[in-house]
Amino acid sequence: MGQPAPTVTIESHKASRPNTASDEPRFVPVQTRSERFTSVDAADFPALSSSQLEWKYTPITRVKALAGEPVNGARYEYTVTDETGDALLIEWLDRTDRRIGAAGKPEERVSANAWTSFSEALAITVPAGADGGLTVDRNRFGPEARAAHTVITAGTGSRAVLIVQNSGSALLTENLEIVLEDEAQLTVVSVQEWADDAIHLASHFATLGRGARLKHVVISLGGSVVRIDPSVHLAATGSDAELLGVYFADAGQHLEQRVFVNHDAPHTRSRVNYRGALQGEGARTAWVGDVLIRATAVAADTYEQNRNLVLTEGARADSVPNLEIETGDILAAGHASTTGRFDDEQLFYLRSRGIPEAEARRLVVRGFFTELIASIGQDALEARLVRAIETELGMPASGPPEP
Amino acid sequence: MSTLSIKDLHVSVDTDQGAKEILRGVDLVIKEGEIHAIMGPNGSGKSTLAYSIAGHPKYHVTQGSVTLDGAEVLDMTVDERARAGLFLAMQYPVEIPGVTVTNFLRTAKTAIDGEAPAIRGWITSIRESMTNLRMEPSFAERNVNEGFSGGEKKRNEILQLELLQPRFAILDETDSGLDVDALKIVAEGVNRAKDKTALGIMLITHYTRILRYIKPDFVHVFVAGRIAEQGGPELADRLENEGYDRFLPVGASESTD
Ligand SMILES: Nc1ncnc2c1ncn2[C@@H]1O[C@H](COP(=O)(O)OP(=O)(O)OP(=O)(O)O)[C@@H](O)[C@H]1O
Ligand SMILES: [Mg+2]
Repeated sequence: MGQPAPTVTIESHKASRPNTASDEPRFVPVQTRSERFTSVDAADFPALSSSQLEWKYTPITRVKALAGEPVNGARYEYTVTDETGDALLIEWLDRTDRRIGAAGKPEERVSANAWTSFSEALAITVPAGADGGLTVDRNRFGPEARAAHTVITAGTGSRAVLIVQNSGSALLTENLEIVLEDEAQLTVVSVQEWADDAIHLASHFATLGRGARLKHVVISLGGSVVRIDPSVHLAATGSDAELLGVYFADAGQHLEQRVFVNHDAPHTRSRVNYRGALQGEGARTAWVGDVLIRATAVAADTYEQNRNLVLTEGARADSVPNLEIETGDILAAGHASTTGRFDDEQLFYLRSRGIPEAEARRLVVRGFFTELIASIGQDALEARLVRAIETELGMPASGPPEP
Repeated sequence: MSTLSIKDLHVSVDTDQGAKEILRGVDLVIKEGEIHAIMGPNGSGKSTLAYSIAGHPKYHVTQGSVTLDGAEVLDMTVDERARAGLFLAMQYPVEIPGVTVTNFLRTAKTAIDGEAPAIRGWITSIRESMTNLRMEPSFAERNVNEGFSGGEKKRNEILQLELLQPRFAILDETDSGLDVDALKIVAEGVNRAKDKTALGIMLITHYTRILRYIKPDFVHVFVAGRIAEQGGPELADRLENEGYDRFLPVGASESTD
């Protein structure tokens, strides 16, 4: 309290465009997303540089081992736990399998390097009509540079919840494809609770069939550099995606997420909601949210938001929403982004009721995440997540001293 | 007998032009069970006095002391002051997103008592207090002050006063923004708290109306950062009729330099 404001980048745009007519979008996107180059060959991309839009925020020196030569892309060890309902199929696919590449292609070099490098892909298949769930635990990558590829397929009319739980050391680049056939309902949760030295860059590509519903959740708490870039192609009428994210960066950590939602069919709907907190010297987060509404997406409905809570000095959050609208005939489109420091008035109010500072901070930060966590819809995971966030907050207080 | 004693209190705030002195030597002693009304023009420093006693970091005490039964309050952190028995019902209560009233009350009660309240009795007393204050039960599950109307926020302050049972309460314009019925309901709440625990009260107000329900033992006229005059309840009526003119320095505004 009474300390100078921490370094905060605020790129706050609040715009709500219900029933937008044929006027131009208010915020001109930095780069037209629809025209971005894609390739599965790392050599097609230039070397990483922070002058490239894609690498503007990422600490390049810490990820360069994944951006040069091909890396070990062999099978890795995993365990399957918490299986519920109907059996789901897990198998290794040869890289020539026709299921590979169905959902999307890399847009940057590290993702392409994973594609160039992997020898087999892990496939998780939810059979048509099945209803089940499981957790894939990945905790044995180790410090060697590695590449991985995963293909998740949710069959017609199926319902499933898949959790990918990441922990331990890793130096990993990977691509994860998610295919939802018509009317499938799938929840995919990627939890990053890596060890402090872990580097993890992932691109997720989802494509949705008619009436399909995807809930995609990214939870990044541990790791040195974690960057998850989910892109969702709403490719068929009535498809619906909810993208949620929770991240908590400590001193020296870089947590990044770049979301892309591609509305490409009538009556498609998307909701993007990411929240992050930062504490400690050098804690960095970046969130980029691109939403593209193509001319094909009549009556599209989208809202994206990102909120960041900067708990201490020396932390920095970047937040960049982009909305690109190519049709006049949409239902609603809006975005919001806020980055703020810890609210001293809230802290004072709680403390004036006898609640000690550390606990008051915990209450406020937990409150900040509560609503979002509750919307994940997985009780056990939610409870674990709340505990994980409390653990983050229980770390040696790097907050400002008593006045 | 519990006593809250304010002696020669000087307080300033940081402004772009440097420190600005707001309180210029406040002396006031409140004993348990006493009600002291504080009345004064806008900007005279009433909220500053309230916040300074509660320990808001914006206000810097440059001189003087505030003691609670001899213990120096100014040496305590904000939460220590509350645990020592001070309570501030704020003029503008703060919204706390994501924290429910129930969770907040339990956390505060636990902090103040040093142990969690026994569940059954606690739930009953929350229900009773809320009923008394005509607060819908649904408020318990809402986030603290979030989307509350002005009057609802004030009731929520008094709810906390009743449940946390402090020894001294400062009510900063708790009556502002309340409709006629709500004013009575809130006043009853304050009186209940006083009857139950011999609460000492500093009641900051602009209106004599609330003094019909909460009867002050003393009335203080607060002008330009200090107490300009004190008297009994009759002083309040005089102020209502005559205003503050005769207390203001001739030819000067309240912010003399
Ligand atoms: N940051 C600041 N910079 C300059 N002046 C300030 C600052 N903070 C407070 N003040 C001044 O301090 C004075 C006292 O304010 P305070 O809120 O204590 O008044 P009050 O008596 O409670 O008024 P009201 O009856 O309107 O509630 C006011 O003149 C106010 O403008
Ligand atoms: Mg005031």
